[in-house]
Amino acid sequence: MDARSTQAQPALSIEHIAVHFGGLVAISDMSFVVNEGEVVSLIGPNGAGKTTAFNVITGFLRPTQGEVRYRGSSLNNLKPHEVTSLGLARTFQRTSVFQSVSVFENVMIGLHRRGRSRLWDTLLALPRERESERELRARAAEILALVGIERRSRELAGSLAYGDQRLLGVALALAADPSMLLLDEPVSGMNATETARFMHLLDCLRGLGVTILLVEHDMPMVMGVSDRIVVLNYGRIIAEGPPAAIQGNPEVIRAYLGQGAKKRARD
Amino acid sequence: MKRFLPWIALLALTSVPMWLKDPYLLNAFVTTGIFIVAAMSLNLLLGYTGQLSLGHVAFFGIGAYTSALVSLGFDVELVGGFRVIHEPWPVWLGFIMAILVSGLCGYIVGKLSFRVRGAYFVIVTISFAEVVRLVALNWVELTQGPLALTSIPPMALGLPGLGYFEFFSKQSNFYLVLGVVALSYVIISRLVNSRIGRAMVALKENESLAVSVGIDVTRYLVLAAVVSAGIAGAAGSLYAHYLKIIDPDVFLFLYTVTMVIMVISGGKGTLAGPIVGGLIFGFIPVVARSFAAPEIQWILYGLFMILIVFVLPQGIVPAIEKWFGVGEEPGVPGAAAAKIQDAR
Ligand SMILES: Nc1ncnc2c1ncn2[C@@H]1O[C@H](COP(=O)(O)OP(=O)(O)OP(=O)(O)O)[C@@H](O)[C@H]1O
Ligand SMILES: [Mg+2]
Repeated sequence: MDARSTQAQPALSIEHIAVHFGGLVAISDMSFVVNEGEVVSLIGPNGAGKTTAFNVITGFLRPTQGEVRYRGSSLNNLKPHEVTSLGLARTFQRTSVFQSVSVFENVMIGLHRRGRSRLWDTLLALPRERESERELRARAAEILALVGIERRSRELAGSLAYGDQRLLGVALALAADPSMLLLDEPVSGMNATETARFMHLLDCLRGLGVTILLVEHDMPMVMGVSDRIVVLNYGRIIAEGPPAAIQGNPEVIRAYLGQGAKKRARD
Repeated sequence: MKRFLPWIALLALTSVPMWLKDPYLLNAFVTTGIFIVAAMSLNLLLGYTGQLSLGHVAFFGIGAYTSALVSLGFDVELVGGFRVIHEPWPVWLGFIMAILVSGLCGYIVGKLSFRVRGAYFVIVTISFAEVVRLVALNWVELTQGPLALTSIPPMALGLPGLGYFEFFSKQSNFYLVLGVVALSYVIISRLVNSRIGRAMVALKENESLAVSVGIDVTRYLVLAAVVSAGIAGAAGSLYAHYLKIIDPDVFLFLYTVTMVIMVISGGKGTLAGPIVGGLIFGFIPVVARSFAAPEIQWILYGLFMILIVFVLPQGIVPAIEKWFGVGEEPGVPGAAAAKIQDAR
């Protein structure tokens, strides 16, 4: 981990971001970086502004001020699909899959950007169309196997168990072939076994060199997987550092960790 | 089995004029076929992108007028004394122009609907249809207004020097319409079974998720609108050259409603849906006419529609697929499922 941080290359940098909803300040002057290949967690109590930060990074929201950069290019005026094209993919806090198509078709939709066929290939059923479809199907099968729901591939996404739907959400993000993944509470509502499996998946992704920004309330998991943690409270960063330092930080304990245990009990 | 069904249906329909000689019924087949083409085009938007175009008849009517005017020729004075004279062109060129002009209108409506979805899309399309109808009604110099464009020539195929084939008879028009239905079917089925169709379904199912996996949804909505409008324009052209007379009533809202009923009852978002729904609702008036007074016919039409929507809310085709189990596993094409096995 130390070796990683000495040769750290910033991938995502958030520079003085503020988001106001009318009079409500959801985020004020937030700055942090995520380096290439790093796993960084963004934690904080409910309403701290974590999902809002994701929405700003991925182009769903325009910040009131500040700039977001990924690998040197500004994301500020990009639409969400353009942000994805730069290699940033996200999952959503509320389970989000294409409900009424099969698991396999979901991933095929997710592979959209990898398709090489043009309109004419499709209309004239040219060989390139078939070739491209064959590649996409093979890739879809790979991704389903990676997240471990390949046995469900023929089922309707909407009929999957909750934990599997969460995994499908991750599969959809992975299908966009991201160099950086933003996960919004991926294990919320998962049981202990599913969470353990998910942590293993995160390890695999990290092994593949994917940079990860994680929002999560499950503290053992956050402490277990993160290289660094950024703590948000009322839209402000109150602490930043490696897990050990965050765990012992009195302000973090007061604002969140004491209360985090309560939230976990409620879940 | 399911792969061959469209071919079997095509073959069966090809045989119809060989044993059916009743001109009244043949006429019903031709007009129903024309509306089936229009309904198929509506289905591309409604069934796959989830956007309801309640002004869809505009594209149909624009196709009809474009094709008629291109083949009849016209002479109009625009503002500033600028005069446009158009000599009559071959009818098949009118057909092509109908597709292009309607497609262009689809592009404009699609672009206007940038960021506009659901109810707003409905309003944009209805308004568009109303504007076009008013133009057709009031630009008398071009369209003859309520007096109608008459003596529209029948569809003709061929090249100068090689001779022409004119579609005069009901039989020949039957085959012409069947050909356009088949071609539209092929185009739509290739589109929706591709990456493009998946992008459209993604837009319908969950737009924010679609953009988050990198799909430029507006682009695919516009594409769907262009193809849909172009096919509706082709149907309009067939209509004009078959009836040989059109007036601003081709823009009647009732026609859009008819298309919507055909699509919904047959099963939106299925390839066969508009064809099945179209045949049923195209022939209810024909069958009912033989034993019922006009009022009763419409009541039957309405009752039948309500019955279908209540009993089979997804439409007839999905219900049949479920019943016989011919529908593959939901949403996985058989080939794809086989490929999963291969890939393991
Ligand atoms: N679109 C919006 N319009 C108005 N206010 C919003 C909007 N989105 C978020 N907010 C507000 O901004 C604040 C931050 O919300 P956000 O969803 O980012 O919190 P969070 O940290 O993700 O919380 P949780 O842990 O509950 O998911 C909250 O007070 C929320 O009510
Ligand atoms: Mg949140």
